[in-house]
Amino acid sequence: MNRFFAAIERNWKQGRVSGPLIGGLAILFVILLVSLIGPFFVDPHNAQVGALAPRRPPSAQFLLGTDAQGRDLWTLLVYGTPNTLKMGLIAGIIGVGVGLTLGLIAGAVGGVVDAVIRILSDALLTVPAIAILVIIAGNVDRMTTGIMALVVASLAWMFTARTVRAQVLTIRERSYVEVARVNGQSALSILFAEIMPNLLPYIVASFVGTVGSAILAVIGLEALGLGALEETTLGNTIYWSQQSAAVLRGYWWWWGPPIVVIAAIFLGLFLTSVGFDRFANPRLAGRS
Amino acid sequence: MTGERATSSAGQKPVLVVEDLQVVYETPAGPAKAVDHVSFSLRPGERLGLIGESGSGKTTIATALMRLTRAPGRIVGGKILLDGADVMQMTPTQLRASRLKDIALMPQGAMSSLNPVMQLEGQIIDAIVAHSPKMSRAALDARVDALLAQVGLNPEVRRRYPHELSGGMKQRAVMAIATSMQPKVIVADEPTSALDVVVQRQVMQTLGRLQGGLGAAVVLIGHDMGLIAQFADIVGVMYAGKLVEIGPVSQVIDAPRHPYTRLLIDSLPRIDIKKPLTGIRGLPPHLIDLPPGCGFGPRCPYAFDRCSLETPSMQDVAPAQKAACHLYPRNKSLPPLSARAERAQA
Amino acid sequence: MNRELLKYLATRVGQLLLIVFIAVSVNFAIPRLLPGDPVQTALARLQAGGGAQSIDIQKVAATYRQKYGLDADWFTQYLNYWRDLLHFDLGVSFANFPETVLTKIGNALPWSVGLLTVATLISFSLGSLLGARLAWPTRGRVIKTSVPLLMVLSSIPFYLLAIILVYFFAVVLRILPPAGGVDTTRIWRFDGPTIVDVLRHALLPCLSIVLGNIGFWALGMRSQMVSVLGEDYITFAEAKGLSPQRIFMRYGMRNAMLSQITALALSLGAVVSGAVLVEVVFNYPGLGTLLYVAIRGQDYFVIQGVVLMLIVSLAVLLFAVDLIYPLLDPRIRR
Repeated sequence: MNRFFAAIERNWKQGRVSGPLIGGLAILFVILLVSLIGPFFVDPHNAQVGALAPRRPPSAQFLLGTDAQGRDLWTLLVYGTPNTLKMGLIAGIIGVGVGLTLGLIAGAVGGVVDAVIRILSDALLTVPAIAILVIIAGNVDRMTTGIMALVVASLAWMFTARTVRAQVLTIRERSYVEVARVNGQSALSILFAEIMPNLLPYIVASFVGTVGSAILAVIGLEALGLGALEETTLGNTIYWSQQSAAVLRGYWWWWGPPIVVIAAIFLGLFLTSVGFDRFANPRLAGRS
Repeated sequence: MTGERATSSAGQKPVLVVEDLQVVYETPAGPAKAVDHVSFSLRPGERLGLIGESGSGKTTIATALMRLTRAPGRIVGGKILLDGADVMQMTPTQLRASRLKDIALMPQGAMSSLNPVMQLEGQIIDAIVAHSPKMSRAALDARVDALLAQVGLNPEVRRRYPHELSGGMKQRAVMAIATSMQPKVIVADEPTSALDVVVQRQVMQTLGRLQGGLGAAVVLIGHDMGLIAQFADIVGVMYAGKLVEIGPVSQVIDAPRHPYTRLLIDSLPRIDIKKPLTGIRGLPPHLIDLPPGCGFGPRCPYAFDRCSLETPSMQDVAPAQKAACHLYPRNKSLPPLSARAERAQA
Repeated sequence: MNRELLKYLATRVGQLLLIVFIAVSVNFAIPRLLPGDPVQTALARLQAGGGAQSIDIQKVAATYRQKYGLDADWFTQYLNYWRDLLHFDLGVSFANFPETVLTKIGNALPWSVGLLTVATLISFSLGSLLGARLAWPTRGRVIKTSVPLLMVLSSIPFYLLAIILVYFFAVVLRILPPAGGVDTTRIWRFDGPTIVDVLRHALLPCLSIVLGNIGFWALGMRSQMVSVLGEDYITFAEAKGLSPQRIFMRYGMRNAMLSQITALALSLGAVVSGAVLVEVVFNYPGLGTLLYVAIRGQDYFVIQGVVLMLIVSLAVLLFAVDLIYPLLDPRIRR
């Protein structure tokens, strides 16, 4: 344990472990913690329609009040946050996984395959995500959080693919790869031994970014009413509040807390990505 | 192109006086003394060549002379007198006015010193207008043409962008800008590093011609002893941030007084005499962790006990020649290296 | 115009056409890839949901089936689709039969274009200037403390910012209208009061987009400026004795702008998406609200039409940015 702290201190001095990184990770950690252990402390029945007196502002008993359908906001948050996070993480993992594979193939194989992947990813990158997502989501009969994650993932791979491809192309030309090739190492083993380790920082950075945009897309779809309406998510809670004109009627406790949690998630992701940049790129470190 | 010209400058007041200049770089591991108590002076028309390895502080001096030192570097002491005016005391406005007009920089890496999105003429006019705002468009155009012609560039390149110029052309363009306001001092920081020998010669000839025409003093910074020997009147040798020897170029080369200078000259390959290539064993010290005493001590074949205790200061070792070494004034010149020490250097 | 420039233009035009082609095809393919007959499903849902009783569903179904030849094979359908598109026939709105999709889009488009253009111009320019200023190594504590604020603002999706803004300005303070593009009781006239009304209604939506975006532009520009300021040509510019303002603008920003424009192009998709949602919050009569209402009412052809419109307009915008780029970066021109 001591060695771990010593390593942290050393990296802090170098500027690699910095305020943003720690802050960002801390925020995400707290949110994750609440998501994981929160459900144990809350009565799930409070999240059902008609459970409690509706439209109550925050009180000692119900810290965040209730919505127009008589659901306890705190319970909604506690159940909604992990659902939203889950969708973001699944979409993130799939997106980065697909992106990594396609990027590796494009960079390593080259030629027509590379051209096809590149054109496809560029074309999709420049399309407004909401447009395609609306079409797909609008044609799904029964939406669940799982399907939402898949739908969002379908447009989440491009950035990772692009980044990975660019990196593979650069690394391929580096001398140590040449040396490995000349030495007779098989292409696959070169891939894993030389190229992958150098890709790691980019993969991590892409992951953070992809999760962020996935959650953004999910919330966007939910805002339009295309979400998994039977499940509790942060976006759906806001959607229901909009349907009941909660803003105009002054029920700030309904849409306020979910917004705060969402903002916190994004802030955490953003700080983590800024901090990670400094960690991965020592040239940016030491600049405080 | 030896040092026999410009004797007319003798007896004139110095145009550039540097006294005890100190520049420090703040690093996470501590302050690094990049320039440590360097002093020299230049008369109008004189050419000083500053030579040293990378990291010896030469480029730091170049930027410091115009107070262009970038963070994390900082000038922490010393005086710079430019034609009598105290540069360290100047206000930002005065400083900006003196740059280019009194002292001009030809930076290292002229390739990247031109704004990629501006045409050449725009960058020249920029400089002129900053100092003579009232010039008419016609006068400016004429001046640009004249400047380009002076450095041997076809006036039609004025509308080109930097990426459309070759390396040598960019170097000349930078020279044109540097001489546009007829400065009294030109600081040329490794003006030929990225060029091939033919272009190098052309550039140096142009520089010499321009400088002669202006009667300006030149501080030429480089690591190529041959180039400096050909161009400079006075040579200053830098090591680990300090000036270790300074004097008229032919004198220093024929009879170097500082061990480092001697080893440096010895390491130059020669066409006329066949001898094994030698270097200087060891590495330059970290500027943060300087050893006590003489900075060159650990690598010096003449070192004795005093060298690791006391830092030597500059003293006269010959007419117009100074060196910072504990061998003086006990000795008149460098004793011959013992055969064992010579072999140790190879 | 020299050959290289022509080649560049040709490539870009080609890319534009390719993207439009892919987008249209995707738009065509996806509903048909999912199980069920798209028109029938839409109509059935409409019927079940009790929507649009003013039309004879079967009659509409029959018309469409015949027109689009939905009994025919995919390829014929595809060709028909293209044929209709080239005649600007995007179908008919179920909810407002017989109003065509094209008409509805035509009514909504100016509102969206106006809002998005103004909001993006403001946030991009202000954000870039602010970001560049932040990179300049001089004093300015007020500006320095705005960095955390910017980071927080850029973390919140515009759509959520919009909700917060509506609450504060329209509900709590009551100084701005909470919804709509213009006061519905007003008679449309091109005069002062109408314009003021339009502006008042546009203020909050515009503000949401500006606040949500400005942080992103500022922080991006700051990091661009920081790398530009480390370049040799900045040192030389200082050595020439140029004023700090001149160096900031002509040597600093002018170069940092290049990457900013690229970033603008890459992020336009996200900006458009966000703006669509902002319109929904404000019920602003643009493409966003049109899309939303169509989704609620399962107005199938309107949805398809709007989506297509979004994709195509974005492609055109990107094309425009690509055209601007050579004007800014002389290195591209060769």
